[in-house]
Amino acid sequence: MTNPTASVATPDQPAPTPGRGIRRIRVPQKLRNVELFLVIFVCAVNALAVVLVQFGALGYADGTVVTLGAGLSILVFGMHIALRFVATNADPFILPIAALLNGIGIAMIYRIDIAENLTGWESTAVRQVVWSGIAIALAIVVVVVIRNHRVLQRYTYLAMLIAAILLLLPMLPVIGQEIYGARVWIHVGAFSFQPGEVAKIALAVFFAGYLVSRRDSLSMVGTKVLGMRFPRARDLGPILLLWAMSMAIIIFQRDLGTALLYFGLFVVMIYVATGRASWVVLGVGLFLAGAVIAGQVLVYVNDRFTNWLDAFNPEIYDATGGSYQLVQGLFGLANGGLIGTGLGEGRPDITPLAQSDYIIASLGEELGLAGLFAILALYLLFISRGLRISFAGQDDFGRLLGVGLSFTVALQCFIVIGGVTRVIPLTGLTTPFLAAGGSSLVANWIIVALLLRLSDTVRNQPRLVI
Amino acid sequence: MTRELKRVSIVVFLMFLTLLVSTTTIQFFQADNLSTDARNARTVYASYDTERGPILVDGQPIAMSVATNDEFKYQRTYPQGPLYSAVTGYYTLGQGSSQIEQSMNDYLSGTSDSQFLEYLNRLVTGQNPQGASVELTIDPVVQQAAYDALGSYQGAVVAIEPSTGRILAMVSKPDYDPNTLAVHDSQQVLDTYDSLLAASGDPLINKTINDLNPPGSTFKIVTTSAALQNANLPVDHTEPNLSRFPLPGSDQTVSNAGGGTCGGGDTVTIATAFILSCNIPMAELGVEMGEGSLGDMAKAFGFGSELSVPMDVSTSVYPRGLDDAQLALSAFGQGSDVATPLQIAMLSSAVANGGKLMTPTLIDEVRAPDLSVLESFEAKEFGTPLTSVTASTLSGLMVDAVDNGAATNARIDGVSVAGKTGTAENGEGDPYTLWFTGFAPADNPRVAVAVVVEDGGGLGQSGTGNQVAAPIAQRVLEAVLSK
Repeated sequence: MTNPTASVATPDQPAPTPGRGIRRIRVPQKLRNVELFLVIFVCAVNALAVVLVQFGALGYADGTVVTLGAGLSILVFGMHIALRFVATNADPFILPIAALLNGIGIAMIYRIDIAENLTGWESTAVRQVVWSGIAIALAIVVVVVIRNHRVLQRYTYLAMLIAAILLLLPMLPVIGQEIYGARVWIHVGAFSFQPGEVAKIALAVFFAGYLVSRRDSLSMVGTKVLGMRFPRARDLGPILLLWAMSMAIIIFQRDLGTALLYFGLFVVMIYVATGRASWVVLGVGLFLAGAVIAGQVLVYVNDRFTNWLDAFNPEIYDATGGSYQLVQGLFGLANGGLIGTGLGEGRPDITPLAQSDYIIASLGEELGLAGLFAILALYLLFISRGLRISFAGQDDFGRLLGVGLSFTVALQCFIVIGGVTRVIPLTGLTTPFLAAGGSSLVANWIIVALLLRLSDTVRNQPRLVI
Repeated sequence: MTRELKRVSIVVFLMFLTLLVSTTTIQFFQADNLSTDARNARTVYASYDTERGPILVDGQPIAMSVATNDEFKYQRTYPQGPLYSAVTGYYTLGQGSSQIEQSMNDYLSGTSDSQFLEYLNRLVTGQNPQGASVELTIDPVVQQAAYDALGSYQGAVVAIEPSTGRILAMVSKPDYDPNTLAVHDSQQVLDTYDSLLAASGDPLINKTINDLNPPGSTFKIVTTSAALQNANLPVDHTEPNLSRFPLPGSDQTVSNAGGGTCGGGDTVTIATAFILSCNIPMAELGVEMGEGSLGDMAKAFGFGSELSVPMDVSTSVYPRGLDDAQLALSAFGQGSDVATPLQIAMLSSAVANGGKLMTPTLIDEVRAPDLSVLESFEAKEFGTPLTSVTASTLSGLMVDAVDNGAATNARIDGVSVAGKTGTAENGEGDPYTLWFTGFAPADNPRVAVAVVVEDGGGLGQSGTGNQVAAPIAQRVLEAVLSK
């Protein structure tokens, strides 16, 4: 490693200011070199996955690995280089983990393409690569443009407005679109987009900004019931509003998963901000009450519960919108067993939506329990890097934003994978980074960019040991 | 804030722990259960990856797997589909399998315990796993003769080699073409399957082993055996020769098939009653002997026993706990008596083999793809229902029945044929079930046969076993004897 004194000692050259110079040359390069090494490794794994899919499903390998692998790899390296310039202290694990999950996702999507005979622009994998490109490019823009995350705090209410607009877009007559019963898509030309995915980031920014300014009134006053301090009625406004919003999503957009995601995000952030467990009790109680009532009143919610509880009942299995997909997903996972069938060797395409909502079952079938454990470990590592930022951060806005963004990823994983594995009722959310879908990729790569920016800021505080 | 963050971290950790547990539960603990669910198409697809072994008759395949270019790799074909449909059964995408395809599935698919090492070896070396071949005991000439002889009747024919129990022919009609169920389009399979299920005459049922009919007069073999052996009565033991027999404790009566007495005279011997197939003397005998003698003899012949050939055979029933009226009816194969054609063939087979009943089977040999023998035929004794003396007496009575009794249509020139007919009543006004069972040559039996024709052979209540079933049996016996 470069000796920090070397650059200062050369008399001919003007030495950089010692403080900045030392940080830039010593620690950050180490971090970025770790990242480079990991990114190279990850790109190799991703390419290998595509080759294995080809051998498994087709029996030969051709140039597809270049088309599918190169696009993603180039942009990931681009992001790595951008970080070397604009966020030298950023966490070195976040980018490789995201790239690996994204790459494995592309390999599995390509595998389903083969089973369904989709090629060229019909191929979901090709579109996924293009979307990955757009998403990573946007992430680079975010890292480059937002040099200090505190800027975001200024736009707290703008973020709220953006979130509200994004959420309302699918309800508009012309561009709004209903797919599989959920009205969460907008459709412009050949593109369809799920604005709700991006809205979660805007919401996290809004919650962080709002809670930082209002935390005192939300945490200090209130009446004590059963040893817990409950907020005053007039401070209930925000949580009731959020609850109403979630219920509106359940009723009008018919999207249980997104409602749960937003509400869970809010409850966790208000708990972290105020330190009052009563918010959690209130929030969970409200949501459960809402869900139970929705289960009684709304047919589709009731169906979800029935499918979950009695999936193997032949009547429910055969019903339209019944548990066929859920049960087929379980069959797929069972077919994978401990070590999986091997990439390209299983039959994940039997399960509907094997590329998007059910990609985790597809991966479980071909990579086995071992593969799923590895994927879950990757998510957990990614989330723990995000939570680390919150532990180490010094400004409350950054800490709240860090925990909010990390927690959305965690909760989303839990809702999707828990739904597929029958822990909770199945809802239609995407698995972060893995599932086919542009909006999800864009949203999650922006989360990557924001977490990288936050981690860079945290490490730029030299006295803090993390 | 750090305390809260710690708690949130714990919650996140618990969420992931839950996912680790749920995936482990599904992929490890529940995996076997899930893969045996009938709706699991993956298990079916996996089975099609194997080159399923052929089913052979005299070395020629009657079911085989041919490589294809579609996603299933192999197409199951049945070169002589309808002729062997009762034997091979079907092997479908989504609707399961039947008969040999089902009962020998472990061997055919290469997943039997004795093929495990071979299977592993092929898996590791990357060769396609291959199933074992199953050679049957069926004789193609006898099978063809039975198939042709039964014609368009609804019924069944089964022929057994008495000395070994080898099943030489197994025909059930109406038949079907298993090729139509082997197509790789699950919707088409379902449609064909449903139409076969709905078809009249139940073509998907193997009537030789899974169809229970009242045995009628063929059961007199059992009654006579019981009288001679269990009740120690001589063959010239006499019973009152009535033209009407009032059922004890009932206002109903039993009559003989012709309506009159059984031959002339005031009394009638067991021999005459058997040869002329009279009901009243048998009813009288049954009531005299009691349920014990009759039931023990029926049991010794196989009634009430579970049997697989290797398909599971429906259990033929001789009822217990009878009052005298029921006992009288049961003695000539009515009342609640029911039997499969295979059971009726076993009656003849035991008599033919000097009283020793051999366990019937279809399996001659199972060979692994490398031609090593995994299982080979071994004659197994089911039991000895008759002493050789009783057997030879019975054999003589059955020869007389064919020569100058109630079973004359089974006669073959120059050969002494033993036989017994049956014309069983079903419900009031329902068509009769027509039977014949017998063996030939009587002095050195090579084949025992049972024929059943259901639905009265289209003759309602006017047909008889001798008229319809005996000529069919005769052609099957001839086919064996002319070999």
